[in-house]
Amino acid sequence: MTIGTTQYVLVGALLAAIGCVGVLTRRNVLVILMSIELILNAVNINLVAFSRQWGQVHGQIFGLFIMADAAAEVAVGLALLIALFRNKATVHADEMDLLKW
Amino acid sequence: MPFLDTLWLVPLFPACGAFLIGMLGRRFSRRGVTTLCVGMPLAAFLWALGAVRELQHLPGRQFEQVLFAWLPSLTAASHSMGADVGLLLDPLSAVLVLLVTGVGLLIHLYSVGYMAREGGYYRFFGCLNLFLFFMLTLVLANNLLLLFVGWEGVGMCSYLLIGFWFKKHTARTAAMKAFLLNRVGDAGFLLGVLLLLRVFGTVRFTAMTQALTRHAAPVGLITAATLLLFWGVTGKSAQFPLFVWLPDAMEGPTPVSALIHAATMVTAGIYLLCRTHLLFQAAPHTMAVVAAVGAGTSLFAAAVALVQTDIKRVLAFSTISQLGTMFLACGVGAFAAGLFHVVTHAFFKAVLFLGAGSVIHALDGEQDLSRMGGLARFLPITTGCMGVATLAIAGIPPLAGFVSKDQILSAAWQASPWLWAVSWITAGLTALYMFRLYLLTFHGPARWATRHPAQQPHEAPGSMTVPLLILAGLSLVGGGLGWPASLGGANRLAGWLAPVLARTPEAAGSMGLMAVAVLLAMAAAGLAWVVYIRHPQLPRRWAARWPRFNYWLHEGGELDAAYTAVFARGLGKGGGARLARFDDAVVDRTVDLSGAVTRLAAQLAAWWDVWVVDGLWINGLAKLSVLIARPLLLLQSGRLQTYALLMVFGLGTFLLFYLLR
Amino acid sequence: MLAPVFFFCLFAGTAVLGALLVITLRNTMHCALALIVTLLAVAGLFVAAGAEFLAGAQVMLYVGGIMVLFLFVIMLVNLEREQQVPQTAPQWVLGLLAVLTLGGLLGVMLLRGTGRWPAAVTAIPAAVTGPGGNSERFSMELFQHNLLAFELVGLLLLIAMIGAVVLAKARGTRIEE
Repeated sequence: MTIGTTQYVLVGALLAAIGCVGVLTRRNVLVILMSIELILNAVNINLVAFSRQWGQVHGQIFGLFIMADAAAEVAVGLALLIALFRNKATVHADEMDLLKW
Repeated sequence: MPFLDTLWLVPLFPACGAFLIGMLGRRFSRRGVTTLCVGMPLAAFLWALGAVRELQHLPGRQFEQVLFAWLPSLTAASHSMGADVGLLLDPLSAVLVLLVTGVGLLIHLYSVGYMAREGGYYRFFGCLNLFLFFMLTLVLANNLLLLFVGWEGVGMCSYLLIGFWFKKHTARTAAMKAFLLNRVGDAGFLLGVLLLLRVFGTVRFTAMTQALTRHAAPVGLITAATLLLFWGVTGKSAQFPLFVWLPDAMEGPTPVSALIHAATMVTAGIYLLCRTHLLFQAAPHTMAVVAAVGAGTSLFAAAVALVQTDIKRVLAFSTISQLGTMFLACGVGAFAAGLFHVVTHAFFKAVLFLGAGSVIHALDGEQDLSRMGGLARFLPITTGCMGVATLAIAGIPPLAGFVSKDQILSAAWQASPWLWAVSWITAGLTALYMFRLYLLTFHGPARWATRHPAQQPHEAPGSMTVPLLILAGLSLVGGGLGWPASLGGANRLAGWLAPVLARTPEAAGSMGLMAVAVLLAMAAAGLAWVVYIRHPQLPRRWAARWPRFNYWLHEGGELDAAYTAVFARGLGKGGGARLARFDDAVVDRTVDLSGAVTRLAAQLAAWWDVWVVDGLWINGLAKLSVLIARPLLLLQSGRLQTYALLMVFGLGTFLLFYLLR
Repeated sequence: MLAPVFFFCLFAGTAVLGALLVITLRNTMHCALALIVTLLAVAGLFVAAGAEFLAGAQVMLYVGGIMVLFLFVIMLVNLEREQQVPQTAPQWVLGLLAVLTLGGLLGVMLLRGTGRWPAAVTAIPAAVTGPGGNSERFSMELFQHNLLAFELVGLLLLIAMIGAVVLAKARGTRIEE
């Protein structure tokens, strides 16, 4: 057995799916944010796999950008969470429905 | 030409001030408001000064600048109707711009002291700056439509400032009265503008002038249009029959009365006449109307001013009278003389109002002449300035009022000795009531009482006396601007205005006219001294002898009562009875019949309405949309994860589509 | 020949296991720890694929930075009652179904596309590693051809930082329920 791009992409797909499940089923916003990190990591695995496939570093560079993006997203997301927690004393996504019709 | 090219900055400076105050007024400190709102007129004044200096060297002394097309839809295929935002600076508007910014600056400065202890400080200055912006727009506009914008804008500011103390009932009603009467006039103005647009196809002043000089204008239409314009002017410039708002406008703070209701806004009518003087000269009937209204108003208002007891109302009727004199000048074709009187009047009337404000300030809000007197000891500067201004308005040489009024009298003499006689008597009355005001306020026994006996009335702070002194100085020497040739002068103002307004030749024997006028003024001054200082019981005795006439005059000709009776109480109760019978017999029967028919039709329509329109169409549709909306409503849960779920579904659909393609 | 396979399977398995723990554990703190395991395993996968620099960045950025932030916030907002209430959202069945469908579709796509690229790349291409190693190659590419994007990402991070400060700053007002 050899390890090819297919296996990498398969791992990526698994991580992405698990992340999706996390986003959709958990109530805790913190866990949702972690799940989003999982999805972003799945993307990075794919990028690195294809970078290896085609023998170019562009994919890895893109991966770096995604990491920076993830950092920004986490920073803003957690700040939002803190602001929200201060106002409503909850970290549950389904209790945040102020925008409901 | 750095100043001319940026001429738009002149109105923009006060606009910026007004905007900043309007947006952030509360956040400014008093000092900040003062700096901003006095600095802006100062900047505008200096900028205008620079622009006028450059204008001197311009060939033709005319500078027109179109900033942008305001109403492009008013542009026909072949030519523009000129409804642009454009500025026109020529000798005529230059005089007014300098006057408005200069006097405006001084009155802003005065207000700093006058309003120091009032609430709404920033509101006052914001409105004052806004007024300057609209006034400058009015003066600098290169077309009638933009001028109308300024015209309405100053009216609005006048409304806001008359009602400045809006907690006072009389101030509110006075503001509303001014606004409504101005609306009556403005309707005529707008109709006139539209008619002129129809006649000339343009509202631009320069284009209209060209059209008028090139070929003969239709006299009938021009007469109608100018009459309509003059109708508007009688509203804004407080002429018969629309002048009744100006005396009540004195409810506003005194600096407002000085700036808006004496020096600048009310003279907008004279400016408009000068600006469109070619039109008016093409319509001799209108000119006759203007002269007659001006002469009549001036005589009447002067007589009314003689019996007023409120110091500011005396000055208000005096303003109406002086404006009438200016219109008389315009009506006989002496536009330059009229404009000259606008300038000198702005100087001395501003002094009179500001001095009156200073007196009111010193007496804790007292405005009744019968409770003043003997103030010369306590207010030496105010007394001196008021004295100079009184001499100026009375026409004592060589002060400013003498020179300008003499030119008007001379022009009136040339037109008709009757007009001269009317304005001559007006001048005498003017001297009489002004000396009455001056003597009753500052001389004779003191009839006032301060709130605390130990506290004496005292002179106002420097920010109030300095503008007063400057304006008094201008009233003293302002006549030099237009010193007539018969007295060895060159009439530089008329020379400066010559490219726009033709010079009026001086009457033969003008020296004689002058002498007669001066003699009358001096006699009136003497009479005032005798009647109001030596024998103060005389006026009361005369008033008792003709009580009805006295009351009529005191109420300003009872025009207010007439308007109330005619317009406010529904066109008369006397005719009501006869009308009622006609109403019962004819009108009501017709109404009843048509009512019955309507009822029948309505019942049919109602059935249709209830069952078909409402039932099937409106309610049916509404129910249908509710029915559709219910399930969709579930999707709109407001929850993050529902939306994420929908996103995943969307992504799945997308993938499915991709796979099945 | 077996070593790469072994390491791949080790890292991939750890990553998937950690991810499953992240979404199933009750305690948020435990979730975060599981996420750290996953992230480290992914870094291992990066190394196995020849992306050594990215692996280093992953360890430093994620495990060193982002996870610390997470832990900090967890300690800030963690509630006792959090352990007692249900941890799943009301529509969790629907969500699971949706994701399973999506996963199935992805699997189909993967199967269909398998033939499009060489099934196995056994050795890491020299181009990725390059002379002087992956880091040098990576940096050359990054700073020669992607400088503007790099700067823009820096700007993005700055904006995010300022935004986070503004959002998290204490304010007087409270939204009442």
